[in-house]
Formats: sequence, structure tokens, C-alpha cells
Amino acid sequence: MKDIILQLALRSIRIHFLRSVLAALGIVIGVVAISSMGMMGANMTLSVTEELSKMANIVVITAASGSEGGPGGFGGGSDEKISEEDFQEIQKIAEKYGLVYVVYRESDRIKVGDREGRSTIYGLDEDVMRRIFTLSDGAFPKSTSSVIVGPTLAGRYDLKVGSRIRIGDEDKGATTTVKVVGILEERGMSNDINSDMAIIGSEKLFTGIYGNEGEYNQVNLILNDINDSQKARTEILEKMNRKKTRVNVQDSSRMLESITSTLGTMTTFVMAIAGISLLVAATSIFNVMMMSVTERVREIGIMRSIGAQKSEIRRMFLYESVVLGLVGAGIGAVLALGIGWVVVLAMVGSTDYFFLPESLVYIPFAMLVGIAVCILSGVYPAWRAADLDPVEALRAE
Amino acid sequence: MPGDSIIELCGVTKIYSLPAGDVVALDRVSLTIENGEFVAIMGPSGSGKTTLLNQLGCLDRPTSGDLFINGRNTREMNDRELTSLRLNTIGYIFQRFNLIPLLSAYENVEFPYLMKHRRPDSSGRVGELLAQVGIDRAMATHKPPELSGGQQQRVAIARALVNDPHILLCDEPTGNLDSVTGQQIMEMLTDLNRKGRTIVIVTHDPGVARYAQRIVTVRDGRVA
Ligand SMILES: Nc1ncnc2c1ncn2[C@@H]1O[C@H](COP(=O)(O)OP(=O)(O)O)[C@@H](O)[C@H]1O
Ligand SMILES: [Mg+2]
Repeated sequence: MKDIILQLALRSIRIHFLRSVLAALGIVIGVVAISSMGMMGANMTLSVTEELSKMANIVVITAASGSEGGPGGFGGGSDEKISEEDFQEIQKIAEKYGLVYVVYRESDRIKVGDREGRSTIYGLDEDVMRRIFTLSDGAFPKSTSSVIVGPTLAGRYDLKVGSRIRIGDEDKGATTTVKVVGILEERGMSNDINSDMAIIGSEKLFTGIYGNEGEYNQVNLILNDINDSQKARTEILEKMNRKKTRVNVQDSSRMLESITSTLGTMTTFVMAIAGISLLVAATSIFNVMMMSVTERVREIGIMRSIGAQKSEIRRMFLYESVVLGLVGAGIGAVLALGIGWVVVLAMVGSTDYFFLPESLVYIPFAMLVGIAVCILSGVYPAWRAADLDPVEALRAE
Repeated sequence: MPGDSIIELCGVTKIYSLPAGDVVALDRVSLTIENGEFVAIMGPSGSGKTTLLNQLGCLDRPTSGDLFINGRNTREMNDRELTSLRLNTIGYIFQRFNLIPLLSAYENVEFPYLMKHRRPDSSGRVGELLAQVGIDRAMATHKPPELSGGQQQRVAIARALVNDPHILLCDEPTGNLDSVTGQQIMEMLTDLNRKGRTIVIVTHDPGVARYAQRIVTVRDGRVA
């Protein structure tokens, strides 16, 4: 069907082509800005989530330290220890979810050559070491006098395979010298073991220095299936703490949630800033529509006097702003694919996630916002046009 | 049937409120126009002829008084109803032609048809009317600024007739035309009147008023 009202709107745009293009340009910029920022946020979230999910399969169990919920935190912990009996119980509950192992941990003075400092010393089962660590150099320890060290520590003290470290306080006389047999690969922040700045030896080596056999600083559970995280946590808490609060359980899903939500807030904020460009666009569309109304007062008078309803006049001007919005949003969407790609590459460093729905969804979203802005800016001018007095409008020059 | 009034004004007053003071453009005008009549409204410039015609055409509401069209009081009608009265019952021809500049001659005539029927004209009525007023197919594709004054007024007449109105209101339709073209237009209107349409024409040209059956004179907003 031939819609003469739409025809009139289109012809008005064509006659004032340059003006219309400039107005639509505002929408183009707004749509590109909003969708690029949105996509940047989405890609950042996706890549951080992927990074973090690598460690999301770890559940850390520590002894409850009197007060509920205790410290815990990244590999830190209370001074309370988990007893061998408690560990056996935990293992019974948790072994169906994956590998359960114990961690001895102590912080102590160390001396390399004549340089002194502090380091965390871990005592771990040799098989567990092999499962959770990757070496960049050397081999896993085979004796109670050999250790592996984290890359940061190795860098700071110039440690190489074959270097020696003296552990313990010289003043108290109780020191042990160990030999470095392997250097770990960087592992980053983790909530089970922070190995980058640590010395790791066998359980025997650890208890040889510090005693405390059968009193563990933490018990770690490596899940076979990440999705069990909540379930395992709940089950351990329920069974272990039935009579008395004995353990705290930390899973990484919460940390993941909080980081994702922080990134989400940031994305929303950046998009809101980009949204300001749409506000500018709204002003220019509004301006163009008001000009269009003023220029066409006489035409409106003619249309009204020969029987066009107010609603038809309104429709004519709304069509004009909707067309500007559609064209602007369309061009904006195409440009956003290119510009968004560049922004993501520059800010996130990888476009692996660019074409995922979570990322691309920001383009239609920005288009909708842009078109809505156009319609809203057209409403008042359209209403003004429809409400003109026909006689007055006809007298206009 | 003769004698039934199609338009009736009862004590219509129209006051324009201007910053400099009120202008009484129409002062208690009462006037009855019968179905099928051809009436000329005459009077000097500024006497209120256009204001009166705008009242008859329901383009404006009286400040006070009543206007009946086909026996219905327009005071009781809302903007929507008045607009559809203008669309269906009244045809308006202006001194300044008042065609829509963005539309071709054909589309200008089609415009009220589309407003009324909500679909394009498939009966060929638009083309027929254009032919009747002497606008051929090629000329009908032109936009108003590309047409002469006489041609534009012919298009405007075709537009006024497209929805087959009972009443034809003309505000100095020949005022902007040369005398030969003006005469042709007047003959066209006379012919339409013979076919049963009620015609009210505003003019200050006695030669034009001669075509009418009755002359109403307006002076200072009053009907003499
Ligand atoms: N829209 C208007 N606003 C204010 N004054 C008007 C308006 N239309 C007409 N007038 C005034 O009303 C009077 C009658 O005008 P009009 O009906 O146009 O006269 P005519 O058509 O007989 O020349 C004039 O004094 C004119 O200035
Ligand atoms: Mg006049």
C-alpha cells in the first residue's frame, strides 16, 4: 500500500539531505560508542572469566578459628590446624568430587648466600606436586633435602637448579639447608597455594623442620567438575560442622562472581558515558525536527484544511525521526563491528570472544537505544506540528 | 429538494485576540445557505470574507454563536469529527492554490482520496478529474512549482472534488489568475453547481460575482 504520509516524510528528508545526514551522524556516533564500550566490557569479562575458571576448580578447607567465617583469604589462613582425623573425615566426604590433599605451610626466615629474607614454605605430597605444578626447569624433589621454588622467589634471589637455601633463624640455632632441584612456572594468584614466592618441599622435609605432623594448615580439593563447586562446599560444611563449627570452606566461584560483577559495573559506567554522545545526538535530531516543523507550517495548514487528521501530521514527523534513527543506527551498527573490533583488540588484547553472542548483543542493544532516542526527540516536534491551528498555519509565509 | 439549508450560521462572532487589542473579524453574522445554491460573498479587503469562509469550512471555531452543517451543530463536534467533515463533505479552493509542494500534481489530487479511503485510487478517478480540469498525464507528474498559476488552480479544483463533496468553498479562486483563465475556472464552477453542488465563492470582482445566484455583502465583519 502506498503510504503518502511516509512518502512525505521521506521526501522531506531527501530535500534536506545534508541536514538529515548530520542529524543521523549523531546517532551513528552514539551507537558506535555504546556498542564498542559494551563489547569491550563483555570481551574483558569473558577473557577474565576464562582466566579465572582455570582455578575455579579448587575448594580450600581451613580450620575454623573460633569466630565464624574467619580470615581465610588467598592461601592465607588461621593459625588453627586441621587434625588428621578431620582430614580423614573430609576425605571421605569429598573424594567423590576429586583429589583431596593436605597442605603444610609455614612462613620463615631464609638466607641465600648472604642475602636474608622471608618466604613461605609448603610441605606437599610428592604425587600431588606432580599433579598441580609445572616446572620450567629441573625436576621434582626426590629427597628430604631438595626443594622446588617459585619463579618470583628464584628471580629475587638468583636461584638456579643447584642453588642452596638456608631455612630457619640463625640466632635460634635451628637451621636447615636445602638444595633447589626445580624451578616452577608462574602460576599467578590462586586461593590454594601461592607458589610463585614460595619454597615447596616434601611433607617429610616440612615436618622434619617444623614438627606438627598430622596438623595441617589446609586441605585442598581439586574438583573433577567445576560445576560441583557449590555442592561440594555445602556438603563439606554440613557434615563437618553439624555439631560444632570445625572448618571453613572457600570455593572460587564467589571470587569469580565478585570480579565479574565489578567488571559489569565498570562496563555499565563506561557505556553510560558513551550514552552522553546519544544525548548530543538527541539534541541535534530535536533541532532538525523543529526546523522541519517550522519550515513546513504552511504545508501542515494545507494538509489539515483538506482533511488530514492531527494523528496523520504527527505520524509524518515521527516517520521522519524514525527514518533518521533507523539509518543512523544501521550505519552505526556496521561501523561498530569494525571500530568495536579495534577497541576490543586494543583494550582487551584478544578478539577471541568478539563474535560470541554475549559480545555482539551490544550492537542491537545500542541500535535500539539509538532509535528510541530518535523517536523520543521527535515526539515533541510532532506534537507541536499536529497542534498547530490550521487557519494560523495557512497564513504562514 | 429545494429549501433545505445545508449551512446555517446563527449569530457567529469571531474575535482575534492580538497584543494590540481584540479584532472583531465577524460580528454576530447570521446566514443561511440552501442546498445547491451558488452564493458569492463580496466586500472590501479586510472586511472578514476569509474569516467567514473559514467558519463555513469548519477550519476555525466561532468565538460565539452556532454553525450548523447539514443540521448538525459543529459546536458539539470534536477536532476529529470536524476534520473528517472537511475531508468528506467540504471541498476548499484557495486564492493561493495551496498545493503540497513535495507532491506531484497527481499525488496532490490523490492525497484527500488516500486520507479518506486508505488505499490508492484504482478506479482512475484521480486521472479523470485531472483530465476534466485540463491537466494531462505528463503534466500530472510535475510538482506544483513547475506549473503555472492557472494549472495549479486547476489541480486544486480537482483535489477539492476528489472526495465528491457537497459543499465547495472558494476563496478568491481567480484572484491570482489572468482574466481568460479566471473565466474558464468560473465556467467550471458553474458547471459543478449545475450538477448539484453547493458553492460559496469569496470575491471582490463583480464580474466573478455575476456567476452566482445570490450575493452576500460583508462590511466590517457584518453581513449587510
Ligand atoms: N489569524 C488572524 N489573526 C489576527 N487577525 C486576523 C486573522 N485573520 C484575519 N484577521 C483580521 O480580521 C480581519 C478580517 O480579515 P479577513 O477575513 O482576512 O478579511 P478579507 O478576507 O475580507 O480580506 C482583518 O482585520 C484581519 O487583519
Ligand atoms: Mg481574504
